[in-house]
Amino acid sequence: MAKVKKTIKGLTIDADKCNGCRACEVICSAFHAAPRYSSINPARSRIRIVRDPLKDIYIPVQAGEYTASECTGRNKYIVDGKEYDECDFCRASCPSRDLFKEPDSGLPLKCDMCEDDPPLEKPKCVEWCLNDALIYAVREEEVDEAEVSPGDVEIGVESLIDKYGLKQVLDTLARRSKA
Amino acid sequence: MRYAETGFDLEIDLSRGSIERVESDPKLTQLHLGGLGINAKILWDRVPAEAEAFDEDNLLIFGAGLLCGTAAPGCNRTIVSTFSPQTRLMAYSMMGGFWAPELKYAGYDRVIIRGRSPELAYLWIHNDKVEIRDASHLRGKGAIETAECIRRELKQPEAQVAAIGLAGENRVFYASIEQGRSSASRGGIGAVMGDKGLKAIAVRGTKDINIARPAEFMALCDQIWKYIKFREEHPIQNVIPIIAGLGSPQEMKLFDEKWHTTNFMWGNSRTRRKDFWNEEVEKSWKEMQESVRTRLISCYNCSLKCGATITVPGIPTYMMKCYSKLTYTMAAYSDLEFGFKIAQRATEYGVDGFSAPQVMAFALELHEAGILTDADFPGMPADVEGRFFWLLDRIVRREGIGDALADGVYWAARKIGKGAEAFDHNTIKKHEQLPLKLGMLNPVYYLMYSTGEKMNITQIEGQFPQEPFRTREEREDFVSDWIQVPHEKFKRYLLDWEPRGEKSNPHYPTIEASCDIVDWQEKMHYLDDALGVCAGLSSFPLKPPYHIHNFPAFISSATGLQMDEAAVWQAATRNRTLLRAINVRRGMRRADDKPPEDHWKKRFPDLEAKLLDGYYKMKGWNSQGIPTKASLHELGMDDVAEDLEQRGIIGNGQS
Ligand code: SF4
Ligand code: SF4
Ligand code: SF4
Repeated sequence: MAKVKKTIKGLTIDADKCNGCRACEVICSAFHAAPRYSSINPARSRIRIVRDPLKDIYIPVQAGEYTASECTGRNKYIVDGKEYDECDFCRASCPSRDLFKEPDSGLPLKCDMCEDDPPLEKPKCVEWCLNDALIYAVREEEVDEAEVSPGDVEIGVESLIDKYGLKQVLDTLARRSKA
Repeated sequence: MRYAETGFDLEIDLSRGSIERVESDPKLTQLHLGGLGINAKILWDRVPAEAEAFDEDNLLIFGAGLLCGTAAPGCNRTIVSTFSPQTRLMAYSMMGGFWAPELKYAGYDRVIIRGRSPELAYLWIHNDKVEIRDASHLRGKGAIETAECIRRELKQPEAQVAAIGLAGENRVFYASIEQGRSSASRGGIGAVMGDKGLKAIAVRGTKDINIARPAEFMALCDQIWKYIKFREEHPIQNVIPIIAGLGSPQEMKLFDEKWHTTNFMWGNSRTRRKDFWNEEVEKSWKEMQESVRTRLISCYNCSLKCGATITVPGIPTYMMKCYSKLTYTMAAYSDLEFGFKIAQRATEYGVDGFSAPQVMAFALELHEAGILTDADFPGMPADVEGRFFWLLDRIVRREGIGDALADGVYWAARKIGKGAEAFDHNTIKKHEQLPLKLGMLNPVYYLMYSTGEKMNITQIEGQFPQEPFRTREEREDFVSDWIQVPHEKFKRYLLDWEPRGEKSNPHYPTIEASCDIVDWQEKMHYLDDALGVCAGLSSFPLKPPYHIHNFPAFISSATGLQMDEAAVWQAATRNRTLLRAINVRRGMRRADDKPPEDHWKKRFPDLEAKLLDGYYKMKGWNSQGIPTKASLHELGMDDVAEDLEQRGIIGNGQS
């Protein structure tokens, strides 16, 4: 299979360096305001600091995928003697919490790595984090061509087929498409 | 639409249990900017001059600075204003942290509280939903504990809570309002909150703050970050480490306490221990600090780390900032471990870290002098650390001798009598000061100590070096990139200022130069307190990122108001003058404008009188320190002049 290059943008998050200032929230919300920078509202930010100062918990989390239902069977983490809540590390915009939803409409928010034209040198939250808790990391990966973009729907359908079998999925689809 | 501000105030009457959302007059923003300025205007307009701190008529105002909630770095100050039970004058104290921006996001610029709740209550502000809630289950709880309880019961982990502890509930004259890593401590504003029966204000907001000219404003913010980075990499040369950087003094980060421990006084501002600091002390203090300090932390939207989470084994975690690390330690002639331990309890009780230790040291001096006897201290432990804990517990409950001490050094001394007054040697206008006793009069500091409405030197000084540089080269180096000066003449003042000889203290800086320097320093504080800018990025350190040349652009692009440097300067003058008028109306006069008698060994009564005359004159005040009709007119405050005239405070014929 042919190989192609794929750029993967991401952040290395050094939570130990976070001082809890929320500058990243400020700038993310401003950058995504329309017109740009015209308003500030951390509740609209696509990065949030999950913080509990007395427990010394500071976790910068970027908004990831939307999920329609919350997890069942949640876990607590204990790391270095600190107990983290079940959802602390999760990036989902999820019905279980207020995080990563537009405060007015409730629509999910998702980090877009500050996509812009022309592209920014680095994402805004990284630029405003003077403590180097957020470090921009871009890497190129060689992947099989077929793997490049299976598409969200395809992944979803595949997992459904895995679970219920092709026939049941087809029957359901047929029923849904008539409805 | 209103920009940078929300345009709404919350009016709470605790006696009636009423809550109103009231649109504010945009003209006030143009005149007073916001924060302290508008707080002062409201106090002037609405609190009768005769009202005492604990009258229902007294207002307690939590004001967010004009730029709070915008993206301007380090703009996060809540300015709490009221009348002080201790000084009986206007009290205002600022807190950093996260509260003011949250209030703005909830849709309000300030919360104005009057009356008294029949039962202990707390206020819950969640965007448009505002409730007065029962707080009887929180009675007696610590300030930090209270905040945690409220967040839990509301299921609002992101709510910001400002609360009082036992000291506020019991109206201790130096009770603070605590807010996690920050507190508004000076002037006994926590006692007024307690008197109003208000245990806490919790706030959560998810609305927008709008910016008038976004691109321009954001470019200014970027410049501030850039300059902060530059200053972090380029500390000021030829000064002691504690003032070389930005922010509040970096007490949590730095270990070297030579300067504080050998220059500031120990006990009841009594003893200087010039040879206290040595390698052994440094080593053990450093180990101590590192062992309890979990993380360095900041306020909202600021990259500096002026605070820290402190966990001493066996006691609950708390957050500390700045100099409270040393105030208890030094007042008790003890060590850092004791300081970290007692500060935890003091934070939960909610007392001012400047005043409380001095009051306790004062009490122990009276005991030693036989003015107070063993009978006044039943069951007090023998060791000094134990004694401090014992006293603190009594003070916040107003038990036994704690009742008199809860009124602060000045009032306690008068209540106790028998010569106790002589031990009250470190108050200005009845308010405890930094424990400093020095040699030669410094004319600039003389004026700041005497006249500052803030009655707290760290909140007045800044910008201009505290001491002359030793050599001409050092001075030239310092002024070479001194962009913050409002006028070139300040460079000359510094270049000419010598450690010794003709051009040295007390006769240099000259009277005129001293007045100029004080004017600049205090104006910058007045601007910060109106805009909600942290003094640690502006008026307090040398060569800060914010200054008089970039403030106008910040204000204009954020609010859409057109204000040039002259207009901004005038707003600061207006606010400064209004504060003076408020205190003058309550009886403050020239005789009150003085430092503690023994602040300097070498005093110069003639020169001091001339300095005060010069300062009043430049301010447009008369020889009693009262703003003249003409100067009030010039600032657009004819209503203030009229009021003072009616009361006979300024004469009819006066110009
Ligand atoms: S800007 Fe950086 S230090 Fe500040 S909260 Fe965000 S991640 Fe933490
Ligand atoms: S990368 Fe951009 S969109 Fe994503 S969290 Fe950071 S600032 Fe927001
Ligand atoms: S400089 Fe320090 S005190 Fe000021 S806002 Fe920043 S962290 Fe807070």
